[in-house]
Amino acid sequence: MVDYFKNDLESLHQALVNKDLSSEELVKSTFEKIETIDPKIEAFLALNKDQALAKAQELDQKGIPTDNVLAGIPIGIKDNIVTKGLTTTAASKMLANFKPIYNATVMDKLDQVDMINVGKLNMDEFAMGGSTETSAFKLTKNAWDQTKVPGGSSGGSAAAVASGQILAALGSDTGGSIRQPAAYNGIVGLKPTYGRVSRYGLIAFASSLDQIGPLTRTVKDNALVLNAIAGHDKHDFTSSSKEVPNFAAGLDGNIKGLKIALPKEYLGAGVDQEVKDAILKVAKTFESLGATVEEVSLPHSKYGVPVYYIIASSEASSNLQRFDGIRYGFRASDVKNLEDVYVRSRSEGFGDEVKRRIMLGTFSLSAGTYDAFFKKAAQVRTLICQDFANVFSKYDLIMGPTAPTTAFGLGEDIDDPVTMYMNDILTIPVNLAGLPGMSLPAGFAKGLPVGLQLIGPQFAENMLYKAGYAFEQATDFHKAVPTIGGQN
Amino acid sequence: MAITASEVAHVASLAKLSFNAEELEKFTGQMDEIINMVQELSEVDTTDVPVTTHVTDAFNVMREDVAVKGTDRELLMQNVPESQDGYIKVPAIIDESEEG
Repeated sequence: MVDYFKNDLESLHQALVNKDLSSEELVKSTFEKIETIDPKIEAFLALNKDQALAKAQELDQKGIPTDNVLAGIPIGIKDNIVTKGLTTTAASKMLANFKPIYNATVMDKLDQVDMINVGKLNMDEFAMGGSTETSAFKLTKNAWDQTKVPGGSSGGSAAAVASGQILAALGSDTGGSIRQPAAYNGIVGLKPTYGRVSRYGLIAFASSLDQIGPLTRTVKDNALVLNAIAGHDKHDFTSSSKEVPNFAAGLDGNIKGLKIALPKEYLGAGVDQEVKDAILKVAKTFESLGATVEEVSLPHSKYGVPVYYIIASSEASSNLQRFDGIRYGFRASDVKNLEDVYVRSRSEGFGDEVKRRIMLGTFSLSAGTYDAFFKKAAQVRTLICQDFANVFSKYDLIMGPTAPTTAFGLGEDIDDPVTMYMNDILTIPVNLAGLPGMSLPAGFAKGLPVGLQLIGPQFAENMLYKAGYAFEQATDFHKAVPTIGGQN
Repeated sequence: MAITASEVAHVASLAKLSFNAEELEKFTGQMDEIINMVQELSEVDTTDVPVTTHVTDAFNVMREDVAVKGTDRELLMQNVPESQDGYIKVPAIIDESEEG
């Protein structure tokens, strides 16, 4: 059986090219791994066995090209990314039987490089949540401690990679949903610049914030997957036509002279002492590599959470109007009239967290509250963007923790929305300003992974990867592997 | 600012959601907490600060007006919960009990 803890994309690619391993063997072996490990993690909602095996056999016949490192490599997909013919639920009862009739652009792009979709991964319902506990279907567990949450909303994507079931997954990030689960599971997760990756076929949550990005075990693997999915798309007019560089180029470990800012608010109240200690050690490592680290201030970052919950919920209340029980999705039975179809289908099809966000959004956009809520939040969003612009006029990138704590216990915060929302305080500002942000392993606190967050100016993913790679090469944190039910 | 159960019920009707009495009580409490949290924004001076509603530099992206083939009707109907003779089936718009 293939050991994903001992391989990266390049070593697997080499094995495929040398024919030490066939693509079919790799795919079969991946499904065996999933069958062994996933009963303890519960990351997958659906497997794509027939299509994956057919694709692998096809690749074995035509051969793995030496210049395509991704060919034949299995990947898992968050279940809010539509996959033609393969049930896509967004972890909601509303879409339990929804079979998309088209592919998201990222799926077509993965197809073009011959990556193999092995299955769909659990998440918070409609990506609303930070623990994957709002899923209508499954409770996914943290790869390092199965009594802890995997984070969210891309909890299935992060846990599947961290537990060695796959090497790469796609997630989506609206307020931290790639970076926070990556941090909680000790892997690498990148939210690209807004517009870097097409959102066509991503089930919309908050359209001015959503981005799709990769979750992997190493920085270089992350860059290689982003290479495949980035770029302008005629189906998404907010996707950027800026040139896409080779994200894996320039990873040489040299960050001499790099100017790094450490915002004092990112080590402030609410951030766990052990997390702070780990991040201060990271700063020392960066300095030892020839970079400078200086304290700065992002004075409006503390308003990120309220701004986000108004803006994201407002956009969600509008985006989720389409779920009306008429053309697709759940329809309540025994309804008497058309109004009943709408109200009962929505009330029975959506879970509580989704309803809370729709309610807050509807409230924020209502006549009488619009100015005090939505408009105010959109103004403070401007101040948050300006804070970042000020820092980036003097520094190359920003570092800090990804989350204030390590993974919390399953069931601990699920009935306390405000506490749950505060977990996103360090990731949300990045989405509000449309910046790229990455989380990577930075040590452990009480046996659980701590995530380092790197934030760059728009379209500076290359810089994040370069700095992340240098840090990764200087440390061993990414080599640590979890023990799952006595196995690894 | 405290939000009342009747205000929550009004917002629910705008959002085409319905809650029973127990749910309404729970949601009112949680909405109140969330609204208190977001009201922290009132302390920020935003005089003359413009709004940010998107973060791209894209502006009025245009494309050529070229006719393209639409999606196949059968495909479009694949996820329809109830259909008949190629049409989407829905209940009467007016409550059947009010008929006549």
